[in-house]
Amino acid sequence: MAETTASRIGPDERLVHVGPLARLLTRPDIGAFLGAIAVFFAFGYFARAVNWLGDPGIAAGWTDQAAQYGIVAVPVALLMIGGEFDLSAGVMIGSSGLLLGYLATHAHMNIWPAMALVLLFGLVIGFVNGITVVRTKLPSFIVTLATFFVLQGVNAAGTLKLTGLTAIENIDSAHGFDSAHRYLASDLTHYAFKVKVLWWIGLTIVGAWLLAKSRFGNWIYSAGGDPTAARNVGVPVARTKIALFMMTSTVAALMGIIEALELRSMQAKEGIGLEFIFIICAVVGGCLLTGGYGSVIGTLFGAAMLGMVQLGIIDAQWDSNWTYTFQGGILFAAVMLNTLVRARAQKAR
Amino acid sequence: MTMADLLEADHISKYYGNVVALNDVSAHVNAGEVTCILGDNGAGKSSFIKILSGVHQPDEGRLLVDGEEVSFSSPRDARAHGIATVYQDLAMVPLMSIWRNFFLGAEPRKGIGPLGWIDVASAKGIVRKELHAMGIDIRDPDQAVGTLSGGERQSVAISRAVYFGARVLILDEPTSALGVKQAGVVLKYILQARDRGVAVIFITHNPHHAYPVGDRFVILNRGQSLGNFPKREVDRQELVRLMAGGRELAELEHELEAIKAEV
Repeated sequence: MAETTASRIGPDERLVHVGPLARLLTRPDIGAFLGAIAVFFAFGYFARAVNWLGDPGIAAGWTDQAAQYGIVAVPVALLMIGGEFDLSAGVMIGSSGLLLGYLATHAHMNIWPAMALVLLFGLVIGFVNGITVVRTKLPSFIVTLATFFVLQGVNAAGTLKLTGLTAIENIDSAHGFDSAHRYLASDLTHYAFKVKVLWWIGLTIVGAWLLAKSRFGNWIYSAGGDPTAARNVGVPVARTKIALFMMTSTVAALMGIIEALELRSMQAKEGIGLEFIFIICAVVGGCLLTGGYGSVIGTLFGAAMLGMVQLGIIDAQWDSNWTYTFQGGILFAAVMLNTLVRARAQKAR
Repeated sequence: MTMADLLEADHISKYYGNVVALNDVSAHVNAGEVTCILGDNGAGKSSFIKILSGVHQPDEGRLLVDGEEVSFSSPRDARAHGIATVYQDLAMVPLMSIWRNFFLGAEPRKGIGPLGWIDVASAKGIVRKELHAMGIDIRDPDQAVGTLSGGERQSVAISRAVYFGARVLILDEPTSALGVKQAGVVLKYILQARDRGVAVIFITHNPHHAYPVGDRFVILNRGQSLGNFPKREVDRQELVRLMAGGRELAELEHELEAIKAEV
């Protein structure tokens, strides 16, 4: 009895002291941060033969891989916080690279206007995805799965019809290739750090700023958290979601451009399968599958983790087929950890 | 000379398929007045405020603001006319922080054009000040709304609406989920809003909450209006009787008496 009374008239839960550690654990990106550090040092041990921890060339390798995942994972994470998926984000890399290759080698365009057209193509595909999801109210999982398969067919059939091969080659024969290559696909230092690593970090900063500081960021959270409530207070939920789909497809198109410039050719199958990697990065980074919660910074650590696993398994001289198993394991661990951390955090408050 | 009403709903009807949700309902409210919309569950209260707040459009009838006919295409549109609504489900996102919820859809901005950013510091300051004015001392505006109690959430929602809804404040069942004491606080806040010159539309099924604060009472029953009474023409008993559909309540009392007699 005495206890009941005391808890009723005593200080309420608002006055419970929350220590800095509990506060830190409420961040959605903490799991990915700790995970990335753990993976880094784990391969520091398993791949000590190649000096994993100390060799800048090794770091150049995994950051290259991580940037390939992390660039598109930024808008995929925002889209997921906004409550939607884009399964066509992987195949869009192939479509965009192939389109750039076609414009550069068959239409004989200068690479710069060709790149502008490819980005426009990204905006259009994203708009189609977005407007379809918003208008039909179908799950984006299904809508973008359809886009994925349509584009996959177009990529393969189109490339074969055009070249008689399964790839478009000699993209470096285009006018303006060298200058475009310098800004998007070159090496930064003699350790072969790629310039796309800067794009990855830059896009992460832009994405994190948008989410935390812009009004659009507030709308993203609300569109994923409770779209009805958001609409009732005047948030343009449909426009927010369409914008997110357009951002995703356009950044995937940018990634396609970067790959086409880097490889100087484009395979018809390029990008397929990456859509799930992007989603893994976002989930590892703390994004909830149900939307409304997540972190772009965490997604950067998620991409870093997957990049390290991809290269680390090779450097540790394991069978590279284990990569998939590791990716699955990381995804599972991240989901468990995020659930736990979030539950604890809400109790801690 | 009569001034035009601040907000007037004139002979509103609304159908969902072949269901008549509202049939020929009228109401009005002026600055510094509280108009109560009373009705039992299913009387059409929610449909009515959804029309006033721009969520739905009426099938028949007109909405007038300052005597001019308007047509709201969205809640944002209604808000642009100074009509703010606190919904039954509070229109708050549980996973988002208090300050983000408070300014959702109307974020204070710094900077220019698309490069403008939310003025987070002043947003948090305003939230603290506004909630303090309602007697709620929040420790942390970054706290997720999902962790607040029902009464606290209600206070955030109402203070948000008062802060933004300069002219008309629509409250959908603000007291229905609250205990007696918290409901009293909310009623006091309704009067505060009225005294600040806000026109308040207070939707409730509880005549005991409506009577002390209302200046005018519109009673709905099965989508029909049973009348629009100024306070001087109706007393509390009358209101309770009208609410319950008069004759039905008399019959119920009669039956209860009969049961009592048997026991």
